[in-house]
Amino acid sequence: MTDAVTRPTSALKIGPLALVSCAAVVLGLILPINADGTRLMAHPVTGTAFMLLVPIILATELSLVRRCYGLMAMGLVGYIAAALFAFNDQHFETPVATGFWVLTIACWTTTWLFVSRLSGFDITNRPMLGRFINLIIPVCFGVTLLILWQLIVLGANVPKVLLPAPSDIGLRLVNSVPVLWADFQQTFLKAVIVGYALGCSSAFITAIIVDRVPFLRRGLLPIGNFISALPIIGVAPIMVMWFGFEWQSKAAVVIIMTFFPMLVNTVSGLAASDSMQKDLMRTYAADYWQTLIKLRLPMAMPFIFNALKINSTLALIGAIVAEFFGTPIVGMGFRISTEVGRMNVDMVWAEIAVAALAGSLFYALIAQLEKVVTFWHPSQRKG
Amino acid sequence: MSGTVGPVVTVLIAFMAIWYLAAIFLNIPFQKDIYKRADRIDVPVSELVLDTWSQKKPVLPAPHQVVVEIYETTVLKKITSKRSLVYHTGITLSSTMLGFLIGTSLGILLAVGIVHSRVLDKSLMPWVISSQTIPILAIAPMIIVVLNAIGISGLLPKAMISTYLSFFPVTVGMVKGLRSPEVIHLDLMHTYSATRLQTFLKLRFPYAIPYLFTSMKIGMAASLVGAIVGELPTGAVAGLGARLLAGSYYGQTIQIWSALIMAALLAGALVALIGVLEKITLKQLGMAQ
Amino acid sequence: MMVESTTSNSKDYSVVSAKDLCLTFETNDGPVHALEGINLEIKKGDFVSFIGPSGCGKTTLLRVIADLEKKTGGEITVNGTTPEKARLDRSYGYVFQAAALYPWRTIEKNIALPLEIMGITKAEQRKRIDKVLELVELSDFGKKLPWQLSGGMQQRASIARALAVEPDLLLMDEPFGALDEIVRDHLNDQLHQLWAKTNKTVVFVTHSIPEAVYLSTKIVVLCPRPGRIYDVIDSTLPRERTLDLRESPEFLKIAQRVREGLAAGHAYDD
Repeated sequence: MTDAVTRPTSALKIGPLALVSCAAVVLGLILPINADGTRLMAHPVTGTAFMLLVPIILATELSLVRRCYGLMAMGLVGYIAAALFAFNDQHFETPVATGFWVLTIACWTTTWLFVSRLSGFDITNRPMLGRFINLIIPVCFGVTLLILWQLIVLGANVPKVLLPAPSDIGLRLVNSVPVLWADFQQTFLKAVIVGYALGCSSAFITAIIVDRVPFLRRGLLPIGNFISALPIIGVAPIMVMWFGFEWQSKAAVVIIMTFFPMLVNTVSGLAASDSMQKDLMRTYAADYWQTLIKLRLPMAMPFIFNALKINSTLALIGAIVAEFFGTPIVGMGFRISTEVGRMNVDMVWAEIAVAALAGSLFYALIAQLEKVVTFWHPSQRKG
Repeated sequence: MSGTVGPVVTVLIAFMAIWYLAAIFLNIPFQKDIYKRADRIDVPVSELVLDTWSQKKPVLPAPHQVVVEIYETTVLKKITSKRSLVYHTGITLSSTMLGFLIGTSLGILLAVGIVHSRVLDKSLMPWVISSQTIPILAIAPMIIVVLNAIGISGLLPKAMISTYLSFFPVTVGMVKGLRSPEVIHLDLMHTYSATRLQTFLKLRFPYAIPYLFTSMKIGMAASLVGAIVGELPTGAVAGLGARLLAGSYYGQTIQIWSALIMAALLAGALVALIGVLEKITLKQLGMAQ
Repeated sequence: MMVESTTSNSKDYSVVSAKDLCLTFETNDGPVHALEGINLEIKKGDFVSFIGPSGCGKTTLLRVIADLEKKTGGEITVNGTTPEKARLDRSYGYVFQAAALYPWRTIEKNIALPLEIMGITKAEQRKRIDKVLELVELSDFGKKLPWQLSGGMQQRASIARALAVEPDLLLMDEPFGALDEIVRDHLNDQLHQLWAKTNKTVVFVTHSIPEAVYLSTKIVVLCPRPGRIYDVIDSTLPRERTLDLRESPEFLKIAQRVREGLAAGHAYDD
């Protein structure tokens, strides 16, 4: 059914994006890419990759080959060509010329064409392929951004202080692994993990206690909600004053920042079981702890994980910002603030890349745990 | 409502009591030190307690010290004075608001794009979501310093951080909201052969408004955090963040606490403002309960 | 002890006995008389239906028996003792309007829930689970999660869960109300056979006349404002019943009497 509907429309015409891509590739190959008159064909491998793109795009668009093979070739050759073009220092030794910018446009339109064709791909009844495509599209999008970033920054000679090229950041990242690792240990493995664990667990225990006393629940919940909206990060200087420059003061900031989201979410999670389920436990003459463990805690798990996920980000932010207020000479926040002062922006970016990676992995870990624990929740069900 | 006022007040009173008690115990060591240097022994307990509540640079200032400091720096100082807390709050407020407005508009635009374009949805949405897992605030000092280096300083760099922070919650909330109409309503619009614009204006947007307000509250709080953190690396010139930093440099704990309380009041006021706007709007749209 | 053992052997032993039972809810708009002057005897082995329009207190009456609500006046005994003691003794099984299965437990684990709470051994749990799953014809579905089952199957699983406690008394609150007619007929038939086989006492709340007449040995018609008993009909139908009994004149006669009771008790003023 769906095939019959989509095939004729896609078989007959070439989209404007494809035309632009082909035109840009051809034009870019003809025009000089550097001010000294060099053409891309001086770099035979890159040149050939770009040249291959034209027939591949045309064949795919005109359905001369099976769509999936065409798309695979377009993506593979397109990204190889763009990467070869962007990450070759020779292209930037002399000032760039028109051909360079035309090819930059070609890189952009081709990868965009690929992503848009991929997202239009019919994936009904093919769940595995669908999952793969849904994974690969954002990755491709990110790679495209990275390539364009590299091309524009180096092509336009953007000052390094303003925005370093990805290749510079990558180089710095690889060359300063020991420093970055030490910072990571100090900030993440000590302050974040300890603070997160203490903050979340103490809030959890508080929530259980608060839940047993309705008076406390009614009193603390509005206050907790209000505090969740406050710029708690501001306690950082106080904590540094109280607990010193070492990681303990950062952990204290993290504890305070993670406490209230966890408290509020756990208390509302414990209230989430409906009256029928509570009545059921009552007909079994179940005691408080049996009801808590067998009914209310499992029911609260989606809420608790929501807080755990929010807190994973807050913890890292808290630890890094707290370091702006004073640290020993190690730590991610310390590195960022000092290297900014020295205008070593590539090092700052490298540190941010580490922070981003650590943050995403931390989040992903908790999201994965959530999938295991709350497998039963409607939002986790598949099929 | 009446059911929560009593408990809330009780909890607040208990909180105050704990604060006063904590102030005594945290400030006692230093106070004893002072007595020792003045060669005073056998100071009566009542005097000791009162003294711990009136130190110049206490470890933990008592609530009334903070209140007095706030009063002196708001009501008793001219607004234009560099030592006026109103002046600093104003600076922070303006960059918070500017950043929030830009961030919210951008967030709405992006959400509209994501809801209407399959390519954007599949390629951009995962990044918007995963970007929330990244400690974006870490970039704050860099943005300030870098923009300063090329001659952009003042309100705009700080507002950019606020923009950045408020823009993601609004995008995610709006995407959710614009997608919240049920299939049955979308089908109804389909039977009217309504255009995408009509469906958007008459169905999707009204449906998204409650979501918009919820995410604006989060965005506003984030925006304020962004503005405060953005004021940290500018060498402590002006703003609540600068007051925090200056206070921590010179050990002026009362100043830190008053800036902190001011920031909390500001956050409360801003979120409450959106709450009021929400109530009015929803009432006009007939969505209020 | 002596008294109890002799009475429980006799056929006339009262499982539920209510005398002038009253329940008044205090609300902001003044007191609401949910139940007033309820007098009721339920004997061992009876299948009693409470029927009436919404708001007549039929569910409330069941909840008082189950100690989910407290009476405000009169007397009530369950198994010869107070409802609270009966609940603490786990002497009844309760089936709700919805299946109320825990989504994170498989069907087996859901049935095991009350057994875990009562501290019954794993081996005994296993035995009972297999037995009740067979009774409700769900033996092949024990390892499934609730959402993987249809609504009718979920409700059967919740009945199995109530039966696993091995109670003599089964309290059912409109258990089939949310199901479609065909599934409902089937479950009625199954429930009837189950009752006939096990000789349990069942108290059953419904708003369906055919359901009440088909299943019951005794039909209690309630009417609202205040919730009270309008009529008690002892069924003249035989103990052994099949679904085609519903075409018989005797069935229709009882159904007619229930319908008249419902119409008379209902003021139609709202």
